[in-house]
Amino acid sequence: MAQYKLIAPLKEEDVIKLRIGDKVLLSGIIYTARDAAHKRIVELLDKGEKIPFDLQGSVIYYVGPTPARPGAVIGSAGPTTATRMDAYAPRLMKEGMKGMIAKGKRDDSVKEGMKQFKVVYFGATGGAGALISKCIKKSDVVCFEDLGPEAIRRLEVEDFPLIVVGDVYGGDLHIEGRKQWQKAG
Amino acid sequence: MRTIKSTEITEALKNLAIEKCYKIGDDILRGFDWALKNEKSETGREIIEQLKENAKIASQGIFPYCQDTGMAVLFVEVGQDLKIEGNLEEALQEGVRRAYVDGYLRKSVYKDPLRRVNTNDNTPAIIHYSIVEGDKLKIVFGAKGGGSENMSKLAMLKPSDGIEGVKKFVIDTVSTGGANACPPLVIGVGIGGNFEKCALLAKKAALRSFEVRNEDPFYAQLEEELKEKINNLGIGPNGLGGTVTVFGVNIEVFPCHLVALPVAVNINCHAARHGEIVL
Ligand code: SF4
Repeated sequence: MAQYKLIAPLKEEDVIKLRIGDKVLLSGIIYTARDAAHKRIVELLDKGEKIPFDLQGSVIYYVGPTPARPGAVIGSAGPTTATRMDAYAPRLMKEGMKGMIAKGKRDDSVKEGMKQFKVVYFGATGGAGALISKCIKKSDVVCFEDLGPEAIRRLEVEDFPLIVVGDVYGGDLHIEGRKQWQKAG
Repeated sequence: MRTIKSTEITEALKNLAIEKCYKIGDDILRGFDWALKNEKSETGREIIEQLKENAKIASQGIFPYCQDTGMAVLFVEVGQDLKIEGNLEEALQEGVRRAYVDGYLRKSVYKDPLRRVNTNDNTPAIIHYSIVEGDKLKIVFGAKGGGSENMSKLAMLKPSDGIEGVKKFVIDTVSTGGANACPPLVIGVGIGGNFEKCALLAKKAALRSFEVRNEDPFYAQLEEELKEKINNLGIGPNGLGGTVTVFGVNIEVFPCHLVALPVAVNINCHAARHGEIVL
C-alpha cells in the first residue's frame, strides 16, 4: 500500500499508478454532485449542451453538506453512498472525469467504465463529515443553486484523506478487503 | 395534576437534538477505543482514528458529527397524570424545526415521497407516542441517517424457520448492506409482534445504546452470538475490510401470532445519535 499526494484535476499518469488500498492526500479543485445534480448534468450532455464546469480530469465528490455557520467555509461535508450515482457515472467518465469520491460499493457498469476510461474511485470515511470539512479551504456554488444542499460546488481542498477503493485495473477494495479478513463459519 | 408548558417541551427537545448531532455519545466513543484494540486491519484502525478525531472536532460545535443529520425519530412517553398546556404534537415538531434551522443541521426531509420537494426545516419528525403511568414526559430522540436506514430490511419468516432462520436473516442483511451503512454499526433487531410492530421494535433497538444487553439472558446471548458472527464477515470499518463491523447487536422482542415469525433489522451507523430527556 503506497501513499501519494495528488493535485486535482488529475491526469492519466496520476490515476494509473494507483492500486486499491493506497492512501492519497488530495489537494486542488474538486466538484460536488449528488443524484439530482448528476441527473441534470447527464440531461445537458444528452441535449448536446455545455455544462458549467470542465469535466476534463475532474474529480467529483458525492456530498451534501450541512449549512455553513457564519464565518465557516462549509458545514459538515462527509461522503454519501455512491450507489445512487452508479447510473450516471459512466457517462461522466466518457466526458473526461478522472476520479470519484464517495462511500460504499459500486456496480459492475461503473467498474467497467473505470477500466475503459481510466478512472479511480476514492473512498472517503463515511460519517467523518466534521474531519473532512477541515480540509475544505474554499467553497463556491457553480450551478443548480435551486437544489440547495445538492447544488454543484467547486471546492478547494487540502490534504483530503482518501483510500483507493476502486482502481483502473478492476480492483475493488470492498471485495478484496473483506476476503482478507473474513473468518470461516 | 402536574402541568408543563408546550414551550418548555419545544426548548428542551431543540437543545437535545442539537447536542446529539454535534456531540456523539460516550457509548460510541468507548466503542472506538474497543475497536482500536480489536481491529486487526491497519487501514481499519486508521479509519477508527479518523472517526475519533471527527468526534472531537464535531464536539466543538461548528461542524455536525455527520453531514446527514437524519430524519428525527421520537419515542414519547406521556404520563397519564400529566397535563400539557398547549399542543404536544406541535411543540415536538417545533422543537425539531428549531433544532435543524437554528442548529445549522441539514434539512433532509421531502414533503412527498414521489414529488420530492424539501420541507426546508426537516419536519415532520416521526413520532411514536405511548401513555404510561405517572406525571412525567419522556422523549427519546434519534437522528436517523438515511444511508444506514436504506440498508434495513423486514421479513415475515415461517415459525419453522426458527432461531436459525432469524440469525440467517440478520447476518444476511448486514452482509449485503452493511458496507454501505458506515460501519462500525449498531444493529437493531425486532423479533415478533406483527408487520408494523416488528419494525418499531427494530427501530427502538437501533436507538438503544449498544452497551445495554437485553434483560432476558436468552436474547442477551443471541445478541452476543450475532455480534461475533457479523464481525467474522470481514466487512470492517467503512466496509473496506477488517474485524470490527459492528459495535453491538440490540434485540427487542414482542409476543406474536402462532403462525408468524416477523423479523426486522434496522441498521444504525457509528453516527448513532440518540438521547433522552425526562420533563
Ligand atoms: S450512514 Fe450514518 S454515518 Fe454514514 S453518512 Fe449516513 S448518517 Fe452519516
